[in-house]
Amino acid sequence: MQDQILIEMKGVQKWYGGYQALRNVDLTVRKGEKIVVCGPSGSGKSTLIRCINRLEAIQQGSIVVNGHRLDDSIKAIDVVRQDVGMVFQSFNLFPHMTVLQNCTLAPIRARRVSKTEAEAIARKYLERVRIGDQAEKYPAQLSGGQQQRVAIARALCMQPKVMLFDEPTSALDPEMVKEVLDTMIGLANDGMTMICVTHEMGFARQVADRVIFMAEGQIIEEGAPDAFFRNPKHARTRQFLGEILAHH
Amino acid sequence: MTPHFGLPEFGFLLRGLQWTVLLTLVAFAGGCTAGLAIALLRTCGHKGVEWITRIYIGVFQGTPLLLQLFVVYYGLALTGLKLDAFVAVAIGFTVNASAFLGEIWRGAIQAVPRGQTEAAMALGLHYSSRMRDIVLPQAIRISLPATIGYLVQLIKGTSLAAIVGFIELARAGQIVSNQTFQPLLVFGVVGAMYFILCWPLSWWGSRMEARLALASQR
Ligand SMILES: Nc1ncnc2c1ncn2[C@@H]1O[C@H](COP(=O)(O)OP(=O)(O)O)[C@@H](O)[C@H]1O
Ligand SMILES: [Mg+2]
Repeated sequence: MQDQILIEMKGVQKWYGGYQALRNVDLTVRKGEKIVVCGPSGSGKSTLIRCINRLEAIQQGSIVVNGHRLDDSIKAIDVVRQDVGMVFQSFNLFPHMTVLQNCTLAPIRARRVSKTEAEAIARKYLERVRIGDQAEKYPAQLSGGQQQRVAIARALCMQPKVMLFDEPTSALDPEMVKEVLDTMIGLANDGMTMICVTHEMGFARQVADRVIFMAEGQIIEEGAPDAFFRNPKHARTRQFLGEILAHH
Repeated sequence: MTPHFGLPEFGFLLRGLQWTVLLTLVAFAGGCTAGLAIALLRTCGHKGVEWITRIYIGVFQGTPLLLQLFVVYYGLALTGLKLDAFVAVAIGFTVNASAFLGEIWRGAIQAVPRGQTEAAMALGLHYSSRMRDIVLPQAIRISLPATIGYLVQLIKGTSLAAIVGFIELARAGQIVSNQTFQPLLVFGVVGAMYFILCWPLSWWGSRMEARLALASQR
């Protein structure tokens, strides 16, 4: 169903000690939606998506993922993390494990899948991110772009309902950005629900259903990419877009 | 008549060496087990538990080992628990080793990048799997040079056990030396025995360290 709600954040407030990182954030994500989050550094983009899989706890408001309300119980956190995959800026592959082991560990441990089955699933997704021939290598033997594609495959092996991306191409050499973006575009075309923190505006135009602009812990503006880029309503958004486009 | 340093005396030193090795192995094995528990408790995220383990480590690192051996040997005797000298020093060294190894591994656990734990949590892995599969394998690698270094210190440090009457290598050397009046020869042999135990370990430790330094450059 196109209109089934997968993520619903309401009135979310998040503090780091005395510093408020999220101010009254509301966000609804429907099944199959692709959302791009942008905004200046320190505006709370990472915090926003890290709250969705409870890498960060919130102090006020509510987050419901696929019908499960996130609270402090281990059970709720477990259920939500099963549904949510995440890709980090710095890849965070497990360096002491082969690519294949990186991909099979969580299905074996958290989903209780057999090793054979986990490896079959892993090889399928490694093929899908076009890296099937590297399965026996260690992460350090791969390029940055290849590592990030492994990280995407690793998350997919848990068969999540939503994928969160936190600036997945920011740590990459320019010539490797495209291969990762192409992988993400492929994923989007397959119907995956995605929230991507990124400043790749070409990617946003191509796949996003909505673009969200954040500043100082708030969602300042959101809209379809066409309207968002052509006709931003807020001065803060215009200023940010000007800076981004000047850099690219 | 004074005996010369001959085969029987050498045999006596060898038996001392055996006890040194045995004491080291027991203390190291016990220290590793308890030290792992200490390191895990010290990093568990629960403030109270972390404080208690911090105090434990502080007490055993902050007081002389000699004093700790006295407490175990004489102190427990006062409570009516008369321990065999080996058992007493084995307990003393184990407890002491657990504090030092616990602190070494605490540092190593915290040196594993935070992103590793976060990636594991995002994948839905529980604490036990995060530790066993992700953090500890990397922490052990990081801590290997320091752990081996501690093992070398432990081998040499077991000579303190002589103080409560336990005859290990150094004490055996002293006895033989007193009998033969050939201290240079006897302690030369004793020194060579310690060296043969410790040097390969030290060498292995520095090789590990060099390898780790190389790996972290990449
Ligand atoms: N663990 C933390 N402890 C304290 N402050 C933090 C922590 N993580 C982020 N912050 C602060 O919260 C704000 C938002 O951070 P973040 O969500 O990482 O922003 P963005 O991803 O948009 O750059 C920043 O001011 C940052 O310094
Ligand atoms: Mg960020």
